[in-house]
Amino acid sequence: METEILKIAAKHLKPFLLILSLFVFYRGHNEPGGGFIGGLMAGMALVLYAGAFGVEEAKKLRLAKPLFFIGLGFGLALISSLLGLLVGQGGFMTAVWNQWQFAGFSLKLGSPLLFDLGVYFVVAGMLVKVIFSVMEEDV
Amino acid sequence: MNLIIAVLIGLLYATGAYLLLRRSIVKLVLGILFLSYATNLLLFFTGGLSLMSPAFDDGSYPDLSQLSDPLPQALILTAIVIGFGLAAFSMVLIYRFFKETGTVDLDELSDNKK
Amino acid sequence: MDIFTAILLLFLLAAVAPFINASFPRISGWILSLPPIGIFLWLLSLVQGVSQGEIHAFAIEWLPALGINLMFRLDGLSLLFALLVTGIGGLIMIYAGYYMRSYQKTNRFFGYLVFFMASMLGLVAANDWISLFMFWELTSLSSFLLIGFKHEKEAARKAALQALLITGLGGLALLAGLILMSLPYQSFAFDAVFSNPDLFTQSPLFIPATVLLLIGAFTKSAIFPFHFWLPGAMQAPSPVSAYLHSATMVKAGIYLIARLHPVMEDQAFWTYSLSLFGAFTMFVGAWFAVSQQDIKKILAYTTVSALGTLVLLIGTSTAYSVTAALVFLLVHAFYKATLFMMAGNIEKKTSTRDIRLLGGLSHFMPIAALISMLALLSMSGIPPMLGFIGKELMYEAKLNAPKAGNFILLMGFLANAFTVFVSARIAFDVFYGKCKWPGQLPKEPALSLSTGPAVLVIISLLFGVFPNSAAVLLEPALKSILPAQTLIHLKLWHGFNEILLLSALTVLLGAVLFAFRTKVIAMVGLLNGKYFNLKLSERFFLGIDLFIRLTKKKTTFIQHGYHRFYLMTILITASVLLFLSIFKLSFPLAEQLELNSWTIILLAAAVLIMVGAIATVVAQSRLVALVSTGISGIGITVIFVLFSGVDCAITMIMVETLTIVIGAMVVYHLPKYLSFSNKFARWRDMSIALLFGVVMGTLAFLSANKKPMEKVSDYYLENSLSKGYGENVVNVILVDFRALDTLGEIIVLGLAAIGIVALLTLNKTKSKN
Repeated sequence: METEILKIAAKHLKPFLLILSLFVFYRGHNEPGGGFIGGLMAGMALVLYAGAFGVEEAKKLRLAKPLFFIGLGFGLALISSLLGLLVGQGGFMTAVWNQWQFAGFSLKLGSPLLFDLGVYFVVAGMLVKVIFSVMEEDV
Repeated sequence: MNLIIAVLIGLLYATGAYLLLRRSIVKLVLGILFLSYATNLLLFFTGGLSLMSPAFDDGSYPDLSQLSDPLPQALILTAIVIGFGLAAFSMVLIYRFFKETGTVDLDELSDNKK
Repeated sequence: MDIFTAILLLFLLAAVAPFINASFPRISGWILSLPPIGIFLWLLSLVQGVSQGEIHAFAIEWLPALGINLMFRLDGLSLLFALLVTGIGGLIMIYAGYYMRSYQKTNRFFGYLVFFMASMLGLVAANDWISLFMFWELTSLSSFLLIGFKHEKEAARKAALQALLITGLGGLALLAGLILMSLPYQSFAFDAVFSNPDLFTQSPLFIPATVLLLIGAFTKSAIFPFHFWLPGAMQAPSPVSAYLHSATMVKAGIYLIARLHPVMEDQAFWTYSLSLFGAFTMFVGAWFAVSQQDIKKILAYTTVSALGTLVLLIGTSTAYSVTAALVFLLVHAFYKATLFMMAGNIEKKTSTRDIRLLGGLSHFMPIAALISMLALLSMSGIPPMLGFIGKELMYEAKLNAPKAGNFILLMGFLANAFTVFVSARIAFDVFYGKCKWPGQLPKEPALSLSTGPAVLVIISLLFGVFPNSAAVLLEPALKSILPAQTLIHLKLWHGFNEILLLSALTVLLGAVLFAFRTKVIAMVGLLNGKYFNLKLSERFFLGIDLFIRLTKKKTTFIQHGYHRFYLMTILITASVLLFLSIFKLSFPLAEQLELNSWTIILLAAAVLIMVGAIATVVAQSRLVALVSTGISGIGITVIFVLFSGVDCAITMIMVETLTIVIGAMVVYHLPKYLSFSNKFARWRDMSIALLFGVVMGTLAFLSANKKPMEKVSDYYLENSLSKGYGENVVNVILVDFRALDTLGEIIVLGLAAIGIVALLTLNKTKSKN
């Protein structure tokens, strides 16, 4: 199953896919995309790599810490849920938004984005963990 | 168009039901997949079919009711992802099931057979 | 202090009673007797007010939405019972504190006993049917725990189970009856029924509700044909027999009947049922007492007889009979509790309760003998005990009974004679005569063991000599049962009249029977063995066994263990039910199909889905089936794209791909495809599947474009940009409006990941073997 073309493709596509997934995630609030889709894409980048180089090799990657990312995702989701309770006058899971403006750009960030980022990490982590586990069985 | 989709939903449910009734555990899981397809489509269908007008509101639409219904879509999106979790888990369960029992026939599991 | 506080206090005491007993094992009985006696004294202080017509009511909201409140009241009837419960309860505590020392695990025993006391107090003080029912069930429960206290004995377990099942069955009937009765009033409060009894008695539900209420009362109070659990309950330790199964709990049914009586006193069905079952139970109980040899069994059967008498007297529904019932209630509680405690003392000192083995005990325990003699005099209805007054009144009531007076009189006469007979047996064969048991000679019971019986007997004696001191207690109780009547003046001496003659004849017959006791017992035993061998208890257990066997058969029939047949049941049921609910709806006409580019895309997607579905079904290889499933999925993705579900489509296509990748990796390990099912099964499943598909398709067609949650959808559409700062409404719903759902969803994903890891890594060694 290890072919050179796949290896080269996987190696070079990985960073692109990861960046693309982040982009898809960010634009999800206004365009198609979001945490699920971004997370799935990010996970797929690693899965592709594992398909090309084998799961042992893929596990050595710095990003291949699925359980960490699942935990991180839950943490972010929870923090964003609590933000409304702490900062805003709303309650649990109430959105908090803030806007920054500099040099003509305006950047709007809010707790829903943070929440979506949590979803992103959980989905990506779950995907990687599951596929890696199954692939290890293959050996 | 409604009729076509309705027939498709019926077909998907029938396929799912038929597969659920097989003795093979693999078909059982595929049956579950078909049932979730059917249900997603049914849910989608209740929101009404609106061609190529996704629910994106950039503030320029005069009449928002022209857009497609976002609520079923949000539900379906959630259902798809959960369905993925379920499917992945079931697949691995089949694998483990086979490793432990050496069979993929559900009837072999029954106490009555032993 | 109010009654609610008192009940709460006792429940709290029940919680701490085990610790009290563990910390002060030597004086725990005395400590635990203080709260009930305190409550007793407080209740006593209310007697004056209540006798002048005061009613202490108390209510707190419980489930206001259902119209259910915790309501309590203290009127004459409640107060009388509450005094019995707390007063005798306090004495029993003192007794049990010493009596239970020889037992194991007594801590919990005291917990149960106080728990019972609290429940019983709640029962008699309740002012609405739901509270009454709740406490009613709590008493059944504590009775079960107490009868089965010696749970290492099978007989005790069986008796406890039997009592629980019978009183539990009665409890269910009671609940149903109470609900039927309350239906016309839309309220569970006592006052609703009392203020307008006609609404119930004229309703078509009257007879069924009354039957259910009577079953409830009869099971609790051991009225024939439910009487047999009570002799079985003698497996309980003696304090329990004295308290629950003679003085208080078995009177709960009597209390209920007395409580309901004002509502139904004019109803022939009610009064006839009470008279009939009461009279019969009165006789049967006494009859079966004759041939018993176990003191506690004798006492149990006479209790059955006494309960029947009480039901009969209330059912007779005259001022005489109800006065008699109230007096007899007190009389019976006093002497029966005393005798049960004495039976416990005898068993403790001689380690037997069999009359044939006992005798001459008065030489060794003169005080105990004196107490027992007085109690037995009261039981036989001999002056100067209160029992005499009770019996006089009973005869008077029966003589004046409006219906079937002579028959009832005869039954009562025989029952009383039998009671005299068994009293004489206990008196003479246990306390006098030769001592027959081997081994150590018994000694006088300890102070704690004799206090309770002595107090009760003295009260019984005092009331007998000064009967009108009881009137202040009984008058308001009578008013609660028969509001229009007044209490009959109580006096010890009525002069020479037919009633005194009847009393004398009763004693005479009892004495004659006693003189020929060996023959009488043998004859009654023979008759019982030959003709009256009802063996209700055995039959009850046979019935239970039968029920269990049936249930097992039914369960193995329904729970056959084949998942396919479960699924078939579900699918067919769902199809039929759905069909029944949708076939009446009108079908919209399908619109004309224009053949434009959209339609062509849709048709292409439809073909994709169909091909995928059919290929999955007919595929001979697992991999083909898997990929075909994926093809159907992609067809659905196309439909999502076409009809504006962009995010759904993107997610779906990725999920499909990944599912198939994982599936392929798993299928790779599985054996070659095998066909398990035969042709018949395939056709059968095919038809079921088609049925289901047709119904679901029709449902889908009907639900198209229904927008069941349009208002919600519109809200999201309108506020997505302004409040959620996002143009993608679906995404805003997911991460903002309905973020909690999404949080739940990622938790599911996390759990699935954990589950998969667990499936793959845990218990590896076993699978390798």
